[in-house]
Amino acid sequence: MELRDAWSIARKDLRIEFRSRILTNQIAPYTLLIVVLFGFALDADTQTLRDTGPGLFWVAVLLIALLAVQRAVKIEDDDAAKERMLLTPVHPSSVFLGKAIALFVQLFALETLLFFVMLALFDLSVEDPLLICFSAVLATIGIASSGTLYGVITAGVGVRETLLPILLLPVLAPIAIGATRTFGDAFGRVDADGWAWFGLLSVFAVIYTVLGMFAYGQLVEDA
Amino acid sequence: MKIKFKEVKEGRFNATSSRSTRFLGFCLALGIPTLILFAFVFSPKDDTMEDAVRLLYIHVPVAIFSYVAFGITAIGSICYLWKQSRWWDTTAHASAEIGVIFSALTLITGSIWGRPTWNTWWEWGDVRLVTTLVMFLMFVGYLALRQVPAQPQIRAKRAAIVGIIGTINIPIVNRSVEWWENSTLHQQSSLTDGNLEDLTLFTWFLGTLILGIAYLWLMIHRFRVGWLASEHEALGYGAAIEERQAEAGIQTAIASEYREEGEIE
Repeated sequence: MELRDAWSIARKDLRIEFRSRILTNQIAPYTLLIVVLFGFALDADTQTLRDTGPGLFWVAVLLIALLAVQRAVKIEDDDAAKERMLLTPVHPSSVFLGKAIALFVQLFALETLLFFVMLALFDLSVEDPLLICFSAVLATIGIASSGTLYGVITAGVGVRETLLPILLLPVLAPIAIGATRTFGDAFGRVDADGWAWFGLLSVFAVIYTVLGMFAYGQLVEDA
Repeated sequence: MKIKFKEVKEGRFNATSSRSTRFLGFCLALGIPTLILFAFVFSPKDDTMEDAVRLLYIHVPVAIFSYVAFGITAIGSICYLWKQSRWWDTTAHASAEIGVIFSALTLITGSIWGRPTWNTWWEWGDVRLVTTLVMFLMFVGYLALRQVPAQPQIRAKRAAIVGIIGTINIPIVNRSVEWWENSTLHQQSSLTDGNLEDLTLFTWFLGTLILGIAYLWLMIHRFRVGWLASEHEALGYGAAIEERQAEAGIQTAIASEYREEGEIE
């Protein structure tokens, strides 16, 4: 496995996303729409929105992640891109890492946008910015790794749109729980040890990244 | 085990029982009423949990055998990736189905037990509860993946990887009390801290034995149903096409191959 190959794959995916403008023209507005809908659903009660803000943030991220993973799989489906990529002398674990990096960059960009929008609309104040940054990075690594792996599992399946959420959301649930707790602690909204939950996020991020690197090669040729 | 297509088609090979499964079934038929008698009549109330302790005779064994079932799914999945054998794939599938039923029972009985003991049906802050629920949902997804139409080998490989990932959660579930002790309502194991009395302990062991037999009995039957289904899937179309072609007097390479292997008549 070569990191340079992984970076090339990541750049390819990011370039396709940048040119298609789907991230900025469709997924980013969808992200904002989710925040607005949360406001409507919770009766515009700022106190409730502040208390539930960390959870709402990560629910929104999971919904965005589903769309981003579907997009990442579709990129490889179009124009026999996957077959051509398999013909290149790149190790499957590099392909996995590259696709996970691309997904990470897209998700992290959307999370940053979502974070500042929620800070403004929900009137949230940050007590521990370091915890926010580190836990967001680790949670996004876990989401990107598992999303890339489950994306290839559901690739080529006729019912991918419905199967992917059933398979992926339970896998992402522990990450969402841990990340919500860390954000809750960092916003001063829950009485939890955010750094202990940060440990849980690290475990999941490592497990899914390592598993993905090993399993991707087994799956990609059949997808 | 080779099953002739015509036998399956004509319903002559539809029994999944054998002498051993009938013996296991007989043991269950005796064991379940015995367990009910011990759980509700002979064993005493607990000093702190009172009558709620009786639920533990089911709750703890089904939890243990749900872990066992998912563990066997993981072993079957790893062995499938290694050997590419349909036998291991069918084993993993059968065990996952039973594991899902057992983990659903674990969650339901645990929730009923939690109401009088912890004064809540569900505690979101409890890591063991939440991870058990996540494990259950992961294997529901595994079963959904298995239902998706695909080539048997591709479906088996995908399911094997999802099964292995799901099982990686089990040690986290099992050790979560020790890892995050300050965020769980679960007590330490009652078995190792010596809190259980003699008859209570015996009833608990009896429950574990009965649930173990139930798992084995279900597993053998489900495996045989799964094997028949995969045989039918592997041979069904080929053999059916061959039969139609034979009726029309056409000889094909696939027909000769099946005939040589003795899989069709």
